[in-house]
Amino acid sequence: MELYQLTIHELQDLLSRKETSALEITQAIFARITAVDDRVRAFITLTEEEALAKAREIDQQGQYGRIAGIPLGLKDIFCTRGVKTTCASRILGNFIPTYDSTAAGRLFAEHGILAGKLNMDEFAMGSSTEQSAFFPTCNPWDLTRVPGGSSGGSAAAVAADEIPFALGTDTGGSIRQPASFCGVVGLKPTYGRVSRWGVVAYASSLDQVGTFAKDVKDCALIMQIISGKDPLDSTSVDLPVPDYQTSLDGDVKGMKIAYPREYFQPGIDPNIQEIIKKALLKYEEMGAIVEEVSLPHSEYALPAYYLVATAEASANLARYDGVRYGLRDYEAANVIDMFSRSRAEGFGAEVKRRIMLGSYALSSGYYDAYYLKALKVRRLIADDFSRVFADFDLIVSPTTPTVAFKLGEQIGDPLTLYMNDILTVPVNMAGLPAMSIPCGFHEGLPIGMQLIGPAFAESTLIKAAFAYEQNTDFHRLRPALEVK
Amino acid sequence: MALTIKEVEYVAQLARLQLNETEKQSFAEQLSSILQYVEKLNELSTEGVEPLAHILPVYNVFRVDESKPGTLREEILANAPLVEEGQYKVPKIM
Repeated sequence: MELYQLTIHELQDLLSRKETSALEITQAIFARITAVDDRVRAFITLTEEEALAKAREIDQQGQYGRIAGIPLGLKDIFCTRGVKTTCASRILGNFIPTYDSTAAGRLFAEHGILAGKLNMDEFAMGSSTEQSAFFPTCNPWDLTRVPGGSSGGSAAAVAADEIPFALGTDTGGSIRQPASFCGVVGLKPTYGRVSRWGVVAYASSLDQVGTFAKDVKDCALIMQIISGKDPLDSTSVDLPVPDYQTSLDGDVKGMKIAYPREYFQPGIDPNIQEIIKKALLKYEEMGAIVEEVSLPHSEYALPAYYLVATAEASANLARYDGVRYGLRDYEAANVIDMFSRSRAEGFGAEVKRRIMLGSYALSSGYYDAYYLKALKVRRLIADDFSRVFADFDLIVSPTTPTVAFKLGEQIGDPLTLYMNDILTVPVNMAGLPAMSIPCGFHEGLPIGMQLIGPAFAESTLIKAAFAYEQNTDFHRLRPALEVK
Repeated sequence: MALTIKEVEYVAQLARLQLNETEKQSFAEQLSSILQYVEKLNELSTEGVEPLAHILPVYNVFRVDESKPGTLREEILANAPLVEEGQYKVPKIM
């Protein structure tokens, strides 16, 4: 095994035995990036010089453990002090934050080493990373296919062994869907579990920070570090963070697992359904109790989501006006024209589309019919989950309706693209924690299993995911990217 | 619900987005089809259902009004497109 292929805990074992150094690991990571990223195109910005300097510093101090000395990647939505943060948009093309986002800052405080910033759909609006204003990222399992989105760069970089772990954000599936398409572990925590401070906002009542990793153990470690109350984010929750490592015991005996019949419908690829059903049998073999349930309002989650998310986006993105930072049009004669022209030049088509939809849904005369209606439906969706979780510990479903699709295949049709999120958006509407873990392949492309828990039950997700991982090898498989 | 070009222009003005003719045409079509799709919500009766704007109870957070070290003004202004005498400069407003 090469250093770049290893997990965080495997690298820590080597570091503690003095068999490698942070510098060797960091060099191996950048060599790997050089070897494959011209094809995967996961990174927008690389911070090699700073990373190598930081690695040397850590080696000199010789204090390893947790993520000390381990390179990491951040979706380019996390503000990083002194490092360009673009959100994959022309409007933030040259924006250099003066502070670190809380989640990133917590990783840096543990001496994690920033290797670079990862590609995404512009402002996290998309499901394929083709909406990046700069370039699309390719799926390492098949370079003619998308990695998913919006955190596609994060998922692809982990799958291609370009980075041991990365952070992403999930508003309607933006961690779970790319994790599924790229065959890696992705966790979106409960709303409020991780601070959103310094993370560029898309839809504030739905956005949540989470992680991509090569296995569940690493995922639990990152969650441990980034979770918890932050005085700078009033929506972060002041609840104790449990020790997630204690959930890595492989024991799911007596765990009550539900699978919703609405998530196994004709629109979902039958091959995927079959593989998830097999995984459910596995859970039964391990001693879990598996039963079918109903989440009757599931089909209404997607239309409600697109109203809530775009309404919030239209308000959040009002700040890009060309005054304090970002792109400005210098030709405009008055300030209103300057706003309108800067935004016209700076935003891509999907971002404009969502701002328009959201502005319409909030506009006078339509507010009750669209936005308020969507909020009421949101309540019904959240209530569906509460009813199931009164009797069950966990819900299991496919993460996506299909495997990774071809680049360019869905770009012209917004509604088809939105359908990718049909199995993931209900979770965000209810603010619940959910995870996608590798559970099989169809025609060489990875399939993800979605685990959904009640609020703040990340431990349950980690426990169930780890138990499954112990009994399978899917998480160990890596794409055969030829090195030139 | 079909959106007219006039409605698209009105919303674009609310959103401070200058659109060209091609964009107006394609947004009219695309937004109409998305709105048609979200009409699906009207299949559900939501009478008496409390709207859910936020998943957690949201309340105001107070803190002691103490000064803390902040970011340097120069660093913040370094991101601005146009600066004069330590202030943001914009085109004429009046």
